[in-house]
Amino acid sequence: MVAQAGTQPSARQLNGSTPDEPVISVSGLVKRYGDLEAVRGIDFEVARGETFGFLGPNGAGKTTTIKILCTLADATAGTARVAGHDAATNRDAVRRNIGLVFQDTTLDTYLTAEQNLRFHAELYGVPKAAVMPRMRQVMDMVGLWDRKDSLVSTYSGGMQRRLEIARGLLHAPHVLFLDEPTVGLDPQTRSSIWTYINDLKGREDITIFLTTHYMDEAENCDRIAIIDHGKIVAIDTPEALKASIGKDRVQIHTANDQAAIAELGAKFGLEAAVHEGAVTFSVAAGEQFVPRLFSEFSIPIRSVSVSRPSLDDVFMSYTGTTIRDAEGGNAGAEFMRNIHRMRSGGRR
Amino acid sequence: MATQTTQPAAVADTGAVVERIRVSVPERGLRHDLRAVSIVWRRELIRFRTDRLRAITSLVQPFLFLFILGTGLSNLAGGSLPHSANFDFKTFIYPGVLAMSVLFTAIFSAASIVWDREFGFLREILVAPVSRASIVIGKCLGGATIATFQGIIFLALAWFAHVPYNPVLILGLIGMLLLLSFTLTAFGVMMAARIKQFQAFMALTQMLVMPLFFLSGALYPLSGLPAWLTVLTRLDPLTYVVGPMRHLVFSHLTVSPYIASQLSSRLAPSITWGGWVVPLWFSLGIVALMGLAMMAVAIVEFSKTE
Repeated sequence: MVAQAGTQPSARQLNGSTPDEPVISVSGLVKRYGDLEAVRGIDFEVARGETFGFLGPNGAGKTTTIKILCTLADATAGTARVAGHDAATNRDAVRRNIGLVFQDTTLDTYLTAEQNLRFHAELYGVPKAAVMPRMRQVMDMVGLWDRKDSLVSTYSGGMQRRLEIARGLLHAPHVLFLDEPTVGLDPQTRSSIWTYINDLKGREDITIFLTTHYMDEAENCDRIAIIDHGKIVAIDTPEALKASIGKDRVQIHTANDQAAIAELGAKFGLEAAVHEGAVTFSVAAGEQFVPRLFSEFSIPIRSVSVSRPSLDDVFMSYTGTTIRDAEGGNAGAEFMRNIHRMRSGGRR
Repeated sequence: MATQTTQPAAVADTGAVVERIRVSVPERGLRHDLRAVSIVWRRELIRFRTDRLRAITSLVQPFLFLFILGTGLSNLAGGSLPHSANFDFKTFIYPGVLAMSVLFTAIFSAASIVWDREFGFLREILVAPVSRASIVIGKCLGGATIATFQGIIFLALAWFAHVPYNPVLILGLIGMLLLLSFTLTAFGVMMAARIKQFQAFMALTQMLVMPLFFLSGALYPLSGLPAWLTVLTRLDPLTYVVGPMRHLVFSHLTVSPYIASQLSSRLAPSITWGGWVVPLWFSLGIVALMGLAMMAVAIVEFSKTE
């Protein structure tokens, strides 16, 4: 998977490289801070034009990995190539080709939106003639052109995030890094940010690398990597990951729940229990199981529902915790996590 | 919502913008680095312009020293000073207080780096494809410019200290203020590269500012001092600017030749190292070298990654 094809040391422009060469390729990446091993040997590749999601609880190594890819940190071992350049040895080439939106705002709130973008354009050496039209284009894209002369301190959290996305795109990067792009925003604003992000794909030739805590947002990704304790524990499309769990969740309402549980065990060998007032069990290919259930079951069924596993279930299955429990990152959560681990036993 | 459209609505309305602006960021070169220096410098100026309170508050202290302390101590020092209508204790401390007017602004302008680090903006700067040197140079020049601007405001008050508005004198003083401001900003930037907490930075600089001022000879002549104090004053970079500034001011006063000679021999003695008299150009050169050296350290510090 990580066969590093063609290791010519010469700096290759992305445009000059073959289209099927991965835009990001990471191999054997390790990052130690003193005794702490934040990233413990990870490998992955991101194809051109992909939206790639990096999921994991706090402290799993997400931000450290992004920092290495963005040239803000040096890897202890292993290599990371971004847009055809080595992130350790050819920093400037990588920097020219990436846009960044960090978790915390990196805007100067004492400047106007336009001044912030102009600062960026000058730092990135955007050709003078292109600055104004490009600025207008990216600000239009996030619907902030009318507010360009306002101080950023007067912007709401969602507007600031949109402005950061616009700024990250100003120099037309090949890769856009979004580190928790919607953290701390209300649900409505979150969904509007996603509208802008998804919109981008139609307008720019761009690869998106993002981290998120929100499982529903991860559905927007073409592929997902789940990182836990500095290692990638799963990497695939959201559909494939969900399918890898195998089983669907079936809930039935019956006239006699206890008898139903007994019969499910006797006839189909299924372990069922009452959850949320319904008899609940897991079974492979739920839709095909339901007709069988109706024809062979002796107890009358009032209603039935079949649900596919969610990414939450996937996360749970691979890390032994829900991402919300893991999010706290405090001792209590860590304790719960260990309990989950013990319970799920050798599942990993 | 329309995910498939490639034509932004506003563009279609005005036609002012071509549909897809092709931007390609050039390889790094001198021109690019100069643009980076310039924009970092300009940001300092914009920030200073919008922060009038800072401009006013940082002038309060030199103002107090010149008018309150200066007037009050005139009585005490009067007997030992030459008698002239165009000279008093305020005239004596004016060059030192002028240096003080840039001292705070210059060092504290570097505090914005610490501030930017805490509030994330520094990251935006550090991931840019420009040399760390251009960022540091822009910052040092920006701090030097706004501090010098403060000094110029204070320069306008020269008349109250019997200092004439002589063009040669004024230009000379501005030049020296610029040099001093640059070195002090470089000092601040060097410290800001290391100190990550805003509170710690402020506390440390507050602690350093007063000794720098008191040891510079701003308030007393640097002759006939005990040996330990003489050594300390020679270690203070401010000394090497206050001395030449006072020399320049005294040579432009409208006083009789007798008093002028009294002034320069008793109140504006040359700086000496052991027995060696440090020439004026040399003393300014020391300040410039110190500034460049500290800036170099800052560049190295900012080039480090985690």
